[in-house]
Amino acid sequence: MTDRISNKKNITLSIIAIIVMLAAIYVLDIVIKPTSSWSNLMTCLEKGTIYALVAVSMNLLNGFTGLFSLGQAGFMLIGAYAYAIFAIAPEDRATVYQYYEGGGLIHFSLPHMLQDMMGGADAFGGTIGYYLGIILLMIFAGLITAVIAFLIGIPVLRLKSDYLAIATLGFAEIIRSFFQWEGLGPVTNGSNVLRKFASYDSSIFPVLVAGICVAFIVLLINSSYGRAFKSIRDDEIAAEAMGVNLFKHKELSFVISSFFAGVGGALLAMFQNNINAAPFTSNMTYEILLIVVIGGIGSITGSIIGAYLFVCCSEWWLRGLDAGEFLGIEADFMSPGFRKVVFAVVIMCIVLFYSRGIMGTNEFSWSGLFNFFKTLPKRIAAVPGKIKAKFSNKKHKKHTENVKEAQ
Amino acid sequence: MSKENVLRVSDITMQFGGVVAVNDLSLEVNKGEIIGLIGPNGAGKTTAFNVITGVYAPTNGRVELHGETIAENHPHGKMKAMYKGQNDGKYTDVKVLTPDKITKKGIARTFQNIRLFKGMTVLENVLVAMHMNMKAGVFGAALRFNAAEEAKMREEAMELLRMFNLEENKDDLATSLPYGKQRHLEIARALATKPQLLLLDEPAAGMNPQESDELMRMVGKIRDDFNLSILMIEHHMQVIMGICERIYVLDYGALIAEGTPEEIQNNPRVIEAYLGVDD
Ligand SMILES: Nc1ncnc2c1ncn2[C@@H]1O[C@H](COP(=O)(O)OP(=O)(O)OP(=O)(O)O)[C@@H](O)[C@H]1O
Ligand SMILES: [Mg+2]
Repeated sequence: MTDRISNKKNITLSIIAIIVMLAAIYVLDIVIKPTSSWSNLMTCLEKGTIYALVAVSMNLLNGFTGLFSLGQAGFMLIGAYAYAIFAIAPEDRATVYQYYEGGGLIHFSLPHMLQDMMGGADAFGGTIGYYLGIILLMIFAGLITAVIAFLIGIPVLRLKSDYLAIATLGFAEIIRSFFQWEGLGPVTNGSNVLRKFASYDSSIFPVLVAGICVAFIVLLINSSYGRAFKSIRDDEIAAEAMGVNLFKHKELSFVISSFFAGVGGALLAMFQNNINAAPFTSNMTYEILLIVVIGGIGSITGSIIGAYLFVCCSEWWLRGLDAGEFLGIEADFMSPGFRKVVFAVVIMCIVLFYSRGIMGTNEFSWSGLFNFFKTLPKRIAAVPGKIKAKFSNKKHKKHTENVKEAQ
Repeated sequence: MSKENVLRVSDITMQFGGVVAVNDLSLEVNKGEIIGLIGPNGAGKTTAFNVITGVYAPTNGRVELHGETIAENHPHGKMKAMYKGQNDGKYTDVKVLTPDKITKKGIARTFQNIRLFKGMTVLENVLVAMHMNMKAGVFGAALRFNAAEEAKMREEAMELLRMFNLEENKDDLATSLPYGKQRHLEIARALATKPQLLLLDEPAAGMNPQESDELMRMVGKIRDDFNLSILMIEHHMQVIMGICERIYVLDYGALIAEGTPEEIQNNPRVIEAYLGVDD
């Protein structure tokens, strides 16, 4: 009974939190975006949100199904292109596809087409049509990515973990070259940038889309299929002995994860307003993997926190280190590249103190959050002791552990 | 009255390179029976289970469940030249179902080295075993259109946990349970697949005499309550002798004796091979 009451309370709290958050983003979007001084905040919010979605989709595969796949950047690339190619207004095609005769092969844009059909750019109906087109095209981008993942999965998912990592990594590189191939130029614009495609105006849009996608993944993980995924992660032989069809469920997880990577790629294209295959290297996959590991393999909350931390550090907070001024301190050694040194140290510290990531395999809960703040002073007070224990000899460590056990 | 056959293992040989782990093994389990499979360490008992459940494709021989072939093979390629068993040319089909298909057909098992899902709770461990019978698709399940089905699954899982006195531990991580309870959970999880034949691989390993006594009673109760047949590997002689209707004895992969507990206890070959070296 008390269970049900607290459950109701949690749902109410969650709904209030979501509404407050969306309202805050809406206000920030109006107030901050036109000013330049705080624009970093909105950039990080949008990019962090997109990275959060991509990291969560990677975590579904790596953290919840135990498949060590490194194809994320490749799938994002497919999604980004699938979106961009069909979202450039016909009148802009000649400038975008300037090296190809007649503005390339494709001559329509779904968002612009629906906009015109529903009343044009100035009408409310037109705006609805425009966003409807964007959403439909994003789903299309996800589906294309999912179909390609399905086909790749057939041979690749039969491999054991290290081989799977190598195979998916190789696949991502092939995809990148494929999209840059001149022969496909009339469609992909070869190695040139795709730009002038339809995009969102308000920061609310990526937050809403990513929010819905992450919510679906969370629901999936907590369903019977999620349990089957986790059983494969924990013990393939036992999972199979319990009637879990290994290949079917691996394929399912791979396809769903890729769908959301594709949607994430489409969002990234919109965020950047231009897209090019070149930056979708294995480095991008490693960035996302880093987010997953820092946040906690097997924690959705961790991936989300990790994504915002990563994006804020690399795009905003630590930027000053490259520019020569950080927190009001000016120094010569702060030259371009120094940011990366500090960033590496930050990551090492996180790994040192949270060996299983910031969240481990835990998830967000309201009671957990309240508890976090309640015990915060106590834990801060304990930090010096913890550091001491980390760096002192083994004997001492054993002693503190014994004390902990006794308590 | 002739007995209804459940499992028939015919001339199974399992060879790993030069090692013949199981050599021409034939055995039968009939409906409602509790059958023992014993033998010294390394005799090939677990390997026999692995062949029956589809983990390994046998080198030669056939396994049938209710008269339907679930595994049949004969030596191929390199194995053809190395093959050490008899019955060459007797089996011509090649058909090896994967373990999940075999489980779906009605064989469930436990593992000698406990293989619970360590990142999952006790309840979730049991629920995984019910997943294969779920009707909802992935979207239906994720979007909770199957709430009634899920609720029913949970209710059935809780019933199994109650039977093994695990209901209070339902939200604990499976690996946080004490050893004996982990073994019970393995059996509960296997039963959740609704099997007709249950394979138990040393269910009493590591238990004290009192615990194994309790387990023995439990095994009998499971057979009656769930109306199934049981094939069990066990080293505790009082468990095996007290509960099994028939016993098969393996030594170096080969069957050396078969019979009632009394016959086995008095069989000189068994005494020599097995009981003589029992600790
Ligand atoms: N996958 C494998 N590859 C090679 N040899 C194997 C394999 N599996 C089992 N064996 C060998 O087969 C033989 C029988 O092993 P098995 O585990 O079936 O014995 P067991 O009767 O279950 O013994 P125990 O009582 O110790 O559990 C052993 O010699 C073992 O080394
Ligand atoms: Mg064994």
